[in-house]
Amino acid sequence: MSRIRLVAIVFLALTFSAVLFADFVAPAPYAKQFREVPNAAPSLKHLLGTDDLGRDSFSRLLYGSRVSLLLAPAAALLSTLIAAFVGGSAGYLGGWFERVALAATDLSLSLPWLFLLLTVRALLPLNVAPVTSVVVTFALLGVLGWSSSGRVICSGARAIRESDFVLQAKALGCAPHRLILRQVLPNLQPVLSAQFWTSIPIFIIAEANLGILGLGVAEPLPSWGNLLRGLENWPEVKASPWKLAPIVALIAVVSCFQLIFQKRENLAS
Amino acid sequence: MSRRMQIVLASFCFCWLFVSTAAAQSGGELRFSIQSEPKTFDPMLADDDSSETIRYLTGGFLIRLNRQTQTLEPELATSWKVSNGGQTISFELRRNVVFSDGTPFSADDVAYTMRTLMDPNLHSPTADPFRSVEGQVKIDVKSPTAIVLQFPGPVANLEELFDSVAIVSAKSPHRDVAGLGPFVVAEHKAGSSIVLRRNPNYWKRDAAGKPLPYLDAVHLDIQQNRDLEMLRFRRGEIQLINTIAPDAFDRLAADMRSAAHDAGPSFDTEQMWFNQVASAPIPDYKKAWFRSQNFRRAVSQAINRADMCRIAFAGHAQPAAGMISPANHFWFNAKLRPEETDVPGALKRLADDGFHLDKDVLRDRDGHAVEFSIITNAGNKVRERLAVMMQDDLARIGIRLNVVTLDFPSLIDRISHSFNYEACLLGLVNVDLDPSTQMNVWLSSASNHQWNPEEKTPATPWEVEIDRLMHAQASTTDNKQRKEYFDRVQEIVADQAPFIYLVNKNALSAVSPTVRNAAPVVLRPQTYWNIDSLYLAAPDPSGRHGE
Repeated sequence: MSRIRLVAIVFLALTFSAVLFADFVAPAPYAKQFREVPNAAPSLKHLLGTDDLGRDSFSRLLYGSRVSLLLAPAAALLSTLIAAFVGGSAGYLGGWFERVALAATDLSLSLPWLFLLLTVRALLPLNVAPVTSVVVTFALLGVLGWSSSGRVICSGARAIRESDFVLQAKALGCAPHRLILRQVLPNLQPVLSAQFWTSIPIFIIAEANLGILGLGVAEPLPSWGNLLRGLENWPEVKASPWKLAPIVALIAVVSCFQLIFQKRENLAS
Repeated sequence: MSRRMQIVLASFCFCWLFVSTAAAQSGGELRFSIQSEPKTFDPMLADDDSSETIRYLTGGFLIRLNRQTQTLEPELATSWKVSNGGQTISFELRRNVVFSDGTPFSADDVAYTMRTLMDPNLHSPTADPFRSVEGQVKIDVKSPTAIVLQFPGPVANLEELFDSVAIVSAKSPHRDVAGLGPFVVAEHKAGSSIVLRRNPNYWKRDAAGKPLPYLDAVHLDIQQNRDLEMLRFRRGEIQLINTIAPDAFDRLAADMRSAAHDAGPSFDTEQMWFNQVASAPIPDYKKAWFRSQNFRRAVSQAINRADMCRIAFAGHAQPAAGMISPANHFWFNAKLRPEETDVPGALKRLADDGFHLDKDVLRDRDGHAVEFSIITNAGNKVRERLAVMMQDDLARIGIRLNVVTLDFPSLIDRISHSFNYEACLLGLVNVDLDPSTQMNVWLSSASNHQWNPEEKTPATPWEVEIDRLMHAQASTTDNKQRKEYFDRVQEIVADQAPFIYLVNKNALSAVSPTVRNAAPVVLRPQTYWNIDSLYLAAPDPSGRHGE
């Protein structure tokens, strides 16, 4: 095991432990407003300072990481599974099914999602608890975010369908389900894995943007998305660089995942 | 003080005034931004901010409201008199005034303007406040400098309405462009900019007899993005910004202290209200909460307004006492005070209505946990902060508040059509001093009576009383009597809390140090209300801008 991979594993283990046990690690409840010290600089009491309402930024980062690290991968898994089913089937089966599936994918890509999401928000009740709002948000992202991954997976599946080893397996009388399980899916795994990992930061950012439609994570619950919205004000960030902590955490976590799984994919190939 | 000393002092003051005005430099182009393309250049149809800006800069008016002193001053009319119970107004007009194209100004132009303005087919928004009663306006031109206007019914605050009536020429061959204001429209690049050139025939002169305005031109850039507007101000590309958000104001003050101006509490209010519409699709037990005066007052008492001003507005706001800001010197009811934060008092009020705390959760007498949602417009950071602070404040009396931010069209649809909401947090922009302009909010039949719009009959006795008082104040011209009526309206509103007023935000603006004679005020247009006496200092040879 390379040293860098070991560091990545340890970092992720520590991060996941901290966010899972945030109730014990966080120095203050994430919603508590220390109104006497809004926008405070880091101190022993507030390790990453406070936000504009005086809430402890370190505690909010921990709880926000818990929300995003659990739900963004869940949404990414959901969208990758839908993409794998639609794109994988289209690529492997080919013919009219592929044409129909690709047409559906293109239609999905061309839809004005902003307006559809506005309609979805209009249909949702207003009295939604913050936890429900976060689950609804990521579920929506998972269900709607499959189409671009679907095209990539379709392309990968088509290449496998046309490969010599699949042709050989078919010639040897290999059953279709066995062919899919033993030949196609293992060979598609690097593509699926790449789509999964690239979807996670996209969904985290998308969640932040959905806030302007009233679909994001509801206050006072933090998430990486709404913490990242605090970086919109660059002059303020420049004056208080510790406010970059959420984006540093996002980059660090996604990079660690990439390092670990890139290594696994290399070994597999 | 001896008489000789008085004469010396008076002479010194006169010389100082003379020297300072004589030193005012003519020339230069003032630049600032407007947020959108003006919908019209016709002063009679101006209804949006940009069109009103053009009207303000190019129009000539009989009477002007001095934005600083909040008093009316003579302009094209040297004197006026309201009579016949507010139905008639007679004007004595200024002599030797000509339009920008050289056409002489006379009472015929005023007659033509009023006749055109009051034509129902024109649908002029400026004419609406004059129409207290159906009927024609009788116009009697007594002489080229005297005119009498008789309206079919009494018009409240009649003379102040003429602050919005720009006089147009009856005889000029270039009627569309001929104006009596300090500037005329010279160039318009759609979606990009508007250039106004100095009116060479403008009638006004400074104390030293020098023709006004000092500026050669005003360049208006059409710029919707407020961040870009600030960036351009910092670069010295524009010289004025009328309104700035508190965060941006503090950053500007840190870098260019003399450019940032806080004129104190503005007329604008931030407020919340509960949905009291009988047909609203919300549970009956919640409607009962929202109709309870004790519930509304308890919510109001639980809110910490001082913290809101200090944190959400960075100190650039004042706790609101009610529907009228203390900035409105005449109409504000000075007896009213902002609601003090009083959690025990709030719980007592709630107990009086059968509410009780059950392990930190407030329940009504039927055991329902008190929880409601508040909607506000997404993207307004200050308002989002206010909502989250209210969430924290109300948790102290056991109320769970869910904050929902919506895009503006969805929000308007909910509060105006579907009524599918529980509480709303929004701001109200007040542009007029006189309460008559708020009839569309306070009358129970009005469409902007937001907590329960367009009631067929008033739902509560206190709304009956407000209706009566608002009609009474609108049907008399005795301002003392009107003030008494309107003071009572303010007291009823404070007591019943249909709107829970939170803060009056301060009027924050930016004026480049190169602009001289600027004195930002709370009334619109905050920075260029005295446009004809503004001028630009000679450019700094070092090329530096500001500080």
